[in-house]
Amino acid sequence: MRRHHLATLAVMAVLAAPAVQAQTIFPVDRAEILAGSRFDLKVEFPGLVAADRVAVTVNGRPVAGVFGRAPDFIERENDQPASSIVLRDASLATPGVYNLRATDGEHTASVTWEVYAGGQRQARNVILFVGDGMTVANVTAARILSRGISEGRYNGRLVIDGFPVMATVGTSGVDSIATDSANSAAAYNTGHKSGVNALNVYPSRARDTLAHPRVETLAQIVQRTRGMSVGVVTNTEIQDATPAAVFAHTRRRSDYLPITDQMLASGVDVLMGGGSASLLPQGTPGSRRRDQRNMLDAFRQQGYVFAEDAGSLAEAAAQTGTRRLLGLFNLSNMDGPLDRFYLRRGTVERFPNQPDLTEQVRAALQVLERNPGGFYLMVESGLIDKDNHPLDWERSVYNTIMLDNAVRVARDWAADRNDTMIVVVPDHTHGMAIIGTVDDNRPGRDMRERVGTYAEAGFPNYPPADARGYPPSVDVSRRLAVFYAAYPDYCETFRPSLDGQRVPAVRQGENYVANEDLCRQAGSLRREGNMPRSVNQGVHAVDDGILRAWGPGSERFHGFVDNTYVFRGMAEALGLGQ
Amino acid sequence: MASNVHRCGRRAILGAPAGLIFSSGARAAERIGFDDLYGAWSVTGLRFSDKVQRLAGQDVTMRGFMAPPLSAEAIFFVLTREPLSICPFCSSDAEWPPDIVVVYLRRRALPLDPSMRIEVTGRLEAGSWTDPETGFVSQLRLRNASFARG
Repeated sequence: MRRHHLATLAVMAVLAAPAVQAQTIFPVDRAEILAGSRFDLKVEFPGLVAADRVAVTVNGRPVAGVFGRAPDFIERENDQPASSIVLRDASLATPGVYNLRATDGEHTASVTWEVYAGGQRQARNVILFVGDGMTVANVTAARILSRGISEGRYNGRLVIDGFPVMATVGTSGVDSIATDSANSAAAYNTGHKSGVNALNVYPSRARDTLAHPRVETLAQIVQRTRGMSVGVVTNTEIQDATPAAVFAHTRRRSDYLPITDQMLASGVDVLMGGGSASLLPQGTPGSRRRDQRNMLDAFRQQGYVFAEDAGSLAEAAAQTGTRRLLGLFNLSNMDGPLDRFYLRRGTVERFPNQPDLTEQVRAALQVLERNPGGFYLMVESGLIDKDNHPLDWERSVYNTIMLDNAVRVARDWAADRNDTMIVVVPDHTHGMAIIGTVDDNRPGRDMRERVGTYAEAGFPNYPPADARGYPPSVDVSRRLAVFYAAYPDYCETFRPSLDGQRVPAVRQGENYVANEDLCRQAGSLRREGNMPRSVNQGVHAVDDGILRAWGPGSERFHGFVDNTYVFRGMAEALGLGQ
Repeated sequence: MASNVHRCGRRAILGAPAGLIFSSGARAAERIGFDDLYGAWSVTGLRFSDKVQRLAGQDVTMRGFMAPPLSAEAIFFVLTREPLSICPFCSSDAEWPPDIVVVYLRRRALPLDPSMRIEVTGRLEAGSWTDPETGFVSQLRLRNASFARG
């Protein structure tokens, strides 16, 4: 019986072989490619093939003729018995449908690409705001806390609420319906779908994380073809996935040192965030480098003015000669507004003068506008995601308010110009939802009994926002009841985490278990996780994100769009296909 | 958590060769805390505190948590201020918080549960150093060290 079963499997394997054995082609099927943009073409054959039996054609013409040069043939990639062909920096100048066929004499595979060009340039500048992990509930809670609500009407609107254009965005990648920030930011910056952990490369079988097929980024295109400036502003480490997607190429987003080296080579004009640890020579306490290179000096030698706090940033940006600016304000991630302005937790005592995202955006605009050719600026409020992961909704909402404040700076700057398109978009969402309020004055020993839903929810009693737009306290008696759909074993406290970012689960052996510090809080609710026990926090949701846009060229966003279309919209607004 | 931690910790300690667990009073050593390690924090680097510079070369005692081992072969462990699994730094892409201390034990021991607080005594060494076997870079080390549950 067992032998028969194995024999059956063997027959099935042989029968299935042709499908499994097909060669893999990058860019993948249904790729949309900006005319003139560069990409690495790669065909991976499943086994060894003879070079003279390989034939690759594009719309029936030999590939060498189409791209002007022949691809490299790699007989044994990764020293394995499998051959590949690679053509670096290919491009197609003419819009249209392209069918690429690759055969080894026995098996043939093909993909179809659309090459698009768009129309004339509509915008001189594009500013892309990424609310990392920003969910509808983040925006709703930001509006409630920042503007207040009574008798069903908000007492004011967020800046992004006034943006005239909206669309829903699909965030899935080539490998999975669930994306991460690298994969998703790569789609925004290249227009190509990629895989989890990949920055601006197709996830191929290359062993070296830096050797995967690359695709050109918006930053590279505007620098190369238009002489435009580029800026990257974040409050995470500057090497983190979203900022790195503007300038780096790697299969592995945690390649912080190669990413730092690529950042220097990229020529991006304005760089701001945390993460100085990856720039300090190894001998300096606090460094994360594995060599003695002082990357701060390397940036200075290339003409960058260095700023390390809010004061030196404003000063550097104000100097009319500043064209290149590197601002690093923390060894690691920066602190968010709830900690910086009110709770003084995180690393605020160590780095007390970190700028706010609004100050970073103001400084970036001041420097970038000195280039009459225009600019592409990516601004990330990255801690929305980093706080949603540990189910710390208050911190994530304060970071959402900060994003809105930063958008206001950009919109006010652009208001009278009519030459700047602003796009505000999450890179993915979280399973976060507001379901009512938690009222300490409701009866019941268990905190869950104090959750008010429907009519019992009423309205929260956060104090009115201060001049910065934040309520000065989240520790109020009737607060929002916010829950996440995906969670590890943890104890729900129904209260804000005032001592620092929430830590829902702690490691025990190979698994994560509820953090008993939270379980000891009066009335807390122990919840058994709904994900594998190896997961220590909440995870990204596959739900669509909401895109908002403003300014010339923004009208093209509507209905449902793929995340790759965000790139396409920006590229077409800048007339890059022309 | 307490009962689970104790169970896990006891197993690890019992698994270690006898004689590795010293009481904290076994050696005369000045206490030094994680807050005492660096006198100045800046984005261009940290500076050792006066206390670290004064105590370098002497035995000191520190309380902290044993991070999960880097590899089975490592002859040292990393002492952290917070249990690594509940360290927000460590859940992001940053590999280690900047204020770690590397501990070279007098004799090998099995890893403890990362959530158990320990007290380590050893000779304080300050300055950048690369472990020749693993390539792990550290700024502060405790040499010839022993530890006990703290």
